[in-house]
Amino acid sequence: MTPLIRAENLGKTFGASGGWFGGASDQVRAVDGVTFDVEAGETLALVGESGCGKSTLGRLLLRLIDPTDGTVRFEGQDVTRLSSAEMRLMRQRMQIIFQDPFGSLSPRRTIGQIIGEPLEIFGLARGRQARRDRVAQLLDQVGLPPAYMDRLPRQFSGGQRQRVGIARAIAVNPAFIVADEPVSALDVSIQAQIINLMQDLQRDAGFSYLFIAHDLAVVRHIADRVAVMYLGRIVEVGPKRLIYDAPQHPYTQALLSAAPEPEVDTISRRIILRGDVPSPSNIPPGCSFHTRCPIAQEICRQDRPPLAQVAPGQLAACHFARPNPIPVADAA
Amino acid sequence: MTQDLLRLSDVTVEFGPPKRPVRVVEGVSFSVGKGESVGLVGESGSGKSVTSLAIMRLIGGRVAKGRIEFEGRNLLDLPASAMPAIRGRDIAMIFQEPMSSLNPLMTVGDQVAEALLLHGWHDRTARRKRTVEMLDLVGIPNAEGRLGAYPHQFSGGMRQRVMIAMAVACEPKLLIADEPTTALDVTIQAQVLDLMKKVRRELGMAILLISHDLGVIADVCERVVVMYAGRVVEEADIRTILTRPQHPYTQGLLRSVPRRSHEAERLYQIPGSVPPAGSIRQGCPFRDRCELAVPRCAEEMPPMFRFGPSQSAACWVTAAAKGASQAGAAA
Amino acid sequence: MSASINPALQPLASQPSVFATLRRVIFDRPATIFALVVVILFVLVAALAPLIAPYDPLAQSILDVNKPPSAAHPVGTDQFGRDVLSRLVYGSRNSLILGFVSPVLAAILGTFLGVVAGYFGGFVDRIVSRIIDLLLAFPELLLAILIAAVLGGGFWNVVAVLTVAFTPGFARVARASTLAVKQEPYIEAAVAVGLRTPMIILRHVVPNIAAPIVVLTTLWIASAIRLEASLSFLGIGTQPPNPSWGNIIRDGLNNLFGSPWPIIGAGALITLVVLAFNLLGDAVRDALDPEASR
Repeated sequence: MTPLIRAENLGKTFGASGGWFGGASDQVRAVDGVTFDVEAGETLALVGESGCGKSTLGRLLLRLIDPTDGTVRFEGQDVTRLSSAEMRLMRQRMQIIFQDPFGSLSPRRTIGQIIGEPLEIFGLARGRQARRDRVAQLLDQVGLPPAYMDRLPRQFSGGQRQRVGIARAIAVNPAFIVADEPVSALDVSIQAQIINLMQDLQRDAGFSYLFIAHDLAVVRHIADRVAVMYLGRIVEVGPKRLIYDAPQHPYTQALLSAAPEPEVDTISRRIILRGDVPSPSNIPPGCSFHTRCPIAQEICRQDRPPLAQVAPGQLAACHFARPNPIPVADAA
Repeated sequence: MTQDLLRLSDVTVEFGPPKRPVRVVEGVSFSVGKGESVGLVGESGSGKSVTSLAIMRLIGGRVAKGRIEFEGRNLLDLPASAMPAIRGRDIAMIFQEPMSSLNPLMTVGDQVAEALLLHGWHDRTARRKRTVEMLDLVGIPNAEGRLGAYPHQFSGGMRQRVMIAMAVACEPKLLIADEPTTALDVTIQAQVLDLMKKVRRELGMAILLISHDLGVIADVCERVVVMYAGRVVEEADIRTILTRPQHPYTQGLLRSVPRRSHEAERLYQIPGSVPPAGSIRQGCPFRDRCELAVPRCAEEMPPMFRFGPSQSAACWVTAAAKGASQAGAAA
Repeated sequence: MSASINPALQPLASQPSVFATLRRVIFDRPATIFALVVVILFVLVAALAPLIAPYDPLAQSILDVNKPPSAAHPVGTDQFGRDVLSRLVYGSRNSLILGFVSPVLAAILGTFLGVVAGYFGGFVDRIVSRIIDLLLAFPELLLAILIAAVLGGGFWNVVAVLTVAFTPGFARVARASTLAVKQEPYIEAAVAVGLRTPMIILRHVVPNIAAPIVVLTTLWIASAIRLEASLSFLGIGTQPPNPSWGNIIRDGLNNLFGSPWPIIGAGALITLVVLAFNLLGDAVRDALDPEASR
């Protein structure tokens, strides 16, 4: 069976070199040779720290950004080769939920107009009344009173706006939704509401999520599979259970252990990495993690390890991959 | 019992015109012992940041009521001119955004040195030595060589380290940290939290850590004060809060975040939204979102009830169910 | 409470309507009321000129040359014995039409150029930006004289001249605002739902850059009135014997010691109206600025 989405060797370099005024080429390799699948109906979480390229990767899949190299196949069709007219039609199948509930809604349009826009574009509800009826139904689905249809976004709280953004995304019955940090801008007590809503909608409609997040507790709750990114590359991917219980890449292990949790017993297991994430415009040679890796050897500075299978369904890009590779003694 | 370093009693902060004041913080009481680390947790509009700024007397609003005692002196009685001497030397503060808290036109070394100069380090050589020492303490590699560097040459995590160096340079007795790691990545956050614990251990100061993240607080703090809509709703040591929260808001908050120890198919959700600051004038501020609410909750704000040696919470319903007694004025 | 039934439901923030904000900004300031009254009077006088003017503005009278103000001629007469009040009243028509037409045309043209340059960027942006820079390098008046020297004088030429002179200002503001709006997530959201580019610009870009354009238009109306007077004063604008405030001053200057009244009258009116439009521009800016309307 073909996966819903297959990204192959996908890459994006920002910043043109040379140009009229020459100058130093300020090229940033935001995404580098990424290959992965998203299966129909699953939630694949993409985690990593800021600047690791996870948001760029989400946008490459939707072709909101054109890739520099590689392909994205959606239901077998290479979306990177579609004309802009064909791509517009394809947007009925793939949607996005944004992080910023304040910026992602056009401030001078009513929420009815915002949610109705995709319906209008794809002719899904013909006529004004039919469209209003469908918008009312969508508002109801995301837990907002349909009577709010003619209000402007600024009258709503962050959580309510995020519901509007979700209604806009599901309006066209997409098969795939990129959710780019959908709860990280919300209050803690509101996050659970939105996460539950997203899960309910997925259970009813059967679409897939690419869930981009930095909150590892949320990811553990919502994801089926998890992909970990570091400096533009996927360093580990696999089923949630394996990633959380037996991470095989030292970065995954450190990342998971660093996340503070409201638990009584966490502190003892913490691995503190040295130094900062290197700049994406100056990625270290070999394994890009070797500058911070507690178990790096000479080979890590020379050869970049490929993403290879380490357990059923689990792939890691490390020369020394094994469950929990950093010894606990180092964690102190 | 540790001796109180800082004690807030019945602090109320108002904004807006005196005729129609907006009460952003109301009747807040808690204390921080010498060398103790206390967490102040709450969501937006809970008044946690306003409370911390009120301690430093850095707010635009008014402290309409209450006492803020530091080593027995009521800071609110001091003339405004006495505060700069207290800020930095006795109480220091670090903020969420380390970039905007540093002067972009001054070298990092000069900024740390300035903090020292303001508090009596007049000898140039001693000041320089101390600056290097502090930068070294917070883990700036090659501290001596980086005295002449500017803030933009540092990463976010490094800038927060510099902020901490400035804050603790004069060995304050209390460090107030307002969301110090919210803008940082997870692995960098771990470094900074680790540093705060180390600095506290080595300098023996108390920490008041303000955060929306119970995980961060659990990492650094011994005791937690939970705020909601301008009120303190619960207070306890960290272990008790995480295992036996008593206030329905604290319970809901802990059930609504995904936790390793409480995995569930579906998250518990607290209904409704966080009320805007100052919008609730009577009764318990949480009652509209509370599953346990009874008519009395709308009429009268519950006082703090004592649930154990270190735990108290402001809830009529759980207090009645558990037979908790009203906490004394000394709570 | 309904809040416990629907998790998302909460009372919505009451929203001050645009009119309420406008009302507040206008009536909280005496200066704005003054400006509004002046502008309304100005428009009324221009529209109803034939009804208000006591005489034909072109009618000469040898007997009434250089008269000071009197009951028959409230602002006196000029060296041809024409009634200054009537000439000022009719002159307001040229000022008004020109004052509005050029800025509005320039706003449309400039917004179009600026939005296209800002949204598409790249080559289009480089071309448009260079033209804008080139035009902005000349003071409006100098540019207007230059173009008028090529095209010749006359009312519609002045309109064309001022439109060209004003367009780069609008284009620059529109371009800068578009660059800012283009970064907003809601533009990416519009792309993601599959909206065509022209519709994205029309629905999501233009409404959100409208505020500074409207403010700029109000301010340029004042400048246009001033520039029309300057051009007419220089003999390029409205051609005599048709009255305009600018050529009234020019005629008056030759006859300053015969009768100062044309200059005093026209000068006062230009000052008053330009001031009023500037004040109004400030008020509109404050009304449209979301920061100030909180």
